[in-house]
Order: sequence, then structure tokens, then C-alpha cells
Amino acid sequence: MYFIDPHVHMISRTTDDYERMTRMGCVAISEPAFWAGYDRGSVESFRDYFRQLTEFEPTRAGWSGIQHFTWLCINAKEAENIELSREVIKMIPEFLDRPNVLGIGEIGLNKNTMNESTIFQEHMELALRFNQLILIHTPHLQDKYKGTHMIVDMLRADSRIQPHRVLVDHVEEHTVRLAKDHGFWCAMTLYPTTKCTPARAADIIERFGDDRIMVNSAGDWGPSNPLAVPDFIQEMRKRGHSEEKIKKVVYDNPIQFFSQSKNFKFKPPQVTYGPA
Amino acid sequence: MSSPQSARQVLDRHYLEMRSRILDLAASLDRIAVATDDGTVANDPRLAKLNSGLKILLSLDVSDRAEQVQMLFSDAYVPNWLKK
Repeated sequence: MYFIDPHVHMISRTTDDYERMTRMGCVAISEPAFWAGYDRGSVESFRDYFRQLTEFEPTRAGWSGIQHFTWLCINAKEAENIELSREVIKMIPEFLDRPNVLGIGEIGLNKNTMNESTIFQEHMELALRFNQLILIHTPHLQDKYKGTHMIVDMLRADSRIQPHRVLVDHVEEHTVRLAKDHGFWCAMTLYPTTKCTPARAADIIERFGDDRIMVNSAGDWGPSNPLAVPDFIQEMRKRGHSEEKIKKVVYDNPIQFFSQSKNFKFKPPQVTYGPA
Repeated sequence: MSSPQSARQVLDRHYLEMRSRILDLAASLDRIAVATDDGTVANDPRLAKLNSGLKILLSLDVSDRAEQVQMLFSDAYVPNWLKK
């Protein structure tokens, strides 16, 4: 089955990973800007990072036949540095017309601080000013419920925000309703130990439905698995779900959400089944 | 969208995996019990949370144990924080 991984940090992965993803059916990925494992020291570091996301990474993905899309921001961990964050936000419009940029992300909260909230709202303002989609990171572990609630509060407090243009990521059993009930898109991250397993993601789909929801690997430089979406596909098949239902979550839904961006010029794979 | 699996199928498929996870938990608790302790672990709030989590697993006639466990391990949300 063809699939799209809507959240994977390929900059941290090898070309071999792209190749293995292709062999498992991956046809496109979207890569949000994120934390490099250390706090960057200047706006120039981010400019170089955004060049990599919009120039070299789509080229490298293309070697394996994968279409590469991306999102730009300064992530929540580095948002504690308000001054640097504002410099990065001011610089981002230089890149918004690059052909693979889908929007602003992954913005959000990490430790649920007021500085993070301030920068989150300034990113929202940027997205609104340039009519961009928004991809949101929600915090990990004990911070997740409170942080997701705070994010939803900030989004709902701004009447200009259109929920169908916002994706709330890393939802789990206790936060999926916060996103879905307010009309946002949401995604589950299949990640060892700290997020969802394929089985729990399948449970959540069965409980809360398959509308406005997708799954991703969030593969990065930490313990993670860029083939996690195929693991989810396998779990759904083992349970007896139809191919059509599974495809909706791993292929149709990402396309439906991303298609709201003028830069999502997705070329579906050309396949001919049966005898020639 | 409900599950196409029957309860019997789910139990058949996951019984050994669930048994293994209970054993892992039991062994971890044993490891804490036999390890050298400076007397502070018994009052560690994390251990209390783990114990509360185990009680949630024993709840009868519920289908949201995972959500309850998530909330047990979550910080409290403060309403109206944005207006402060």
C-alpha cells in the first residue's frame, strides 16, 4: 500500500532510510523544522537549516522517488530565547515561496512556559499574515495534556484561525478529543516509549473515527523508526480493517489536509494493475 | 468505526504479550524491592503513581483505562491561564 509519512525528520536519517521507505510504499513525506539536539546560536544557523530543508533534502528524497515537503519555524525548545525566535520569525518569509513549503511548523509548546506561548502566538500571526497552514507539536509525557489544552486555548482565542487549516500533532488517548472536537486535524506519532504504539493508534482510530486524523513516524535522530507507518498498516490489517479504511488514514487524509497549501503539487504514483 | 475483532480474537492474539508485560512490571517492582534503598523510595511520588496506575488496570466494566492512565500521569490544566 502506498503511504505518506506526514511528519518525519529526514535530515537526521540516512539515504538508506529513504530507500527502505520507498520499498515499503512511501511516496511522499513532510518534514517539520525541529530541534537539532542543541540550541542554535544565531539566525544564520536557521537560514542554513531552511536551505537544507528546501534545497538539498527534496533532492535527496527524489533519489528514492519520494516527494519531499516541509514546514518552517523555530521549535518550542528554542522558543525560550525570545530575541532569537523573533529574528527567525522575521526571516522565515524569505522561504515561504519555496516550492516544497507547506506552512509553519512544528510550532507548539515544550514545557508550557509563557515564553513558549508568546512565540507560539507570534508564529500563529506569521501563518495568518502569509495564509499558511499550521502544524503543531504538543508536549511529551506529563506536559502533554496541559500543553495541548493551552495550545487549543490560544488557537480558539483568535477568531481568524480556521481549524481545518491546523494540524495538532502527537495526540494520544487523552488529547485526541481536544483536537478533533474543535475541528482541527490531528496526527498520532508512532514512537518508542514516549508516544503511541501502532496498536494504540489503531485503538484510537477505532474509538474516535478516521476523519481528520493521520499517523506518522516522527523519525529523527533519537530512538525512532521511519518505517512505523507500515507497522500501523500491518496492525490494521491484522485486525481485519479494509484496505480502503487504512488507505484513508495513511494516504487520503494527508493529501486532503496538505492540498490546502498552494505548494502541495503532489504527483500520485502511476500504477497499472493486472495483465498488460 | 468499531473494531472488526471479537473480544475472543483480541484475547487470543494478545494474551502472551499481556502476560509478558505483567511479568516485566512484576520484575521491575521486585528489582526496586531488593535494591539498596536509602529509605526515600517508599515515599517517592512516582511509585505512588505507578501503584495508582495498577489500580486503574483492575477497574471493572470500563473501556478507557489507557485514557485514565494518561490523565494520572498528566500535569493539571489551569483554566483561564491565557487571561492572566
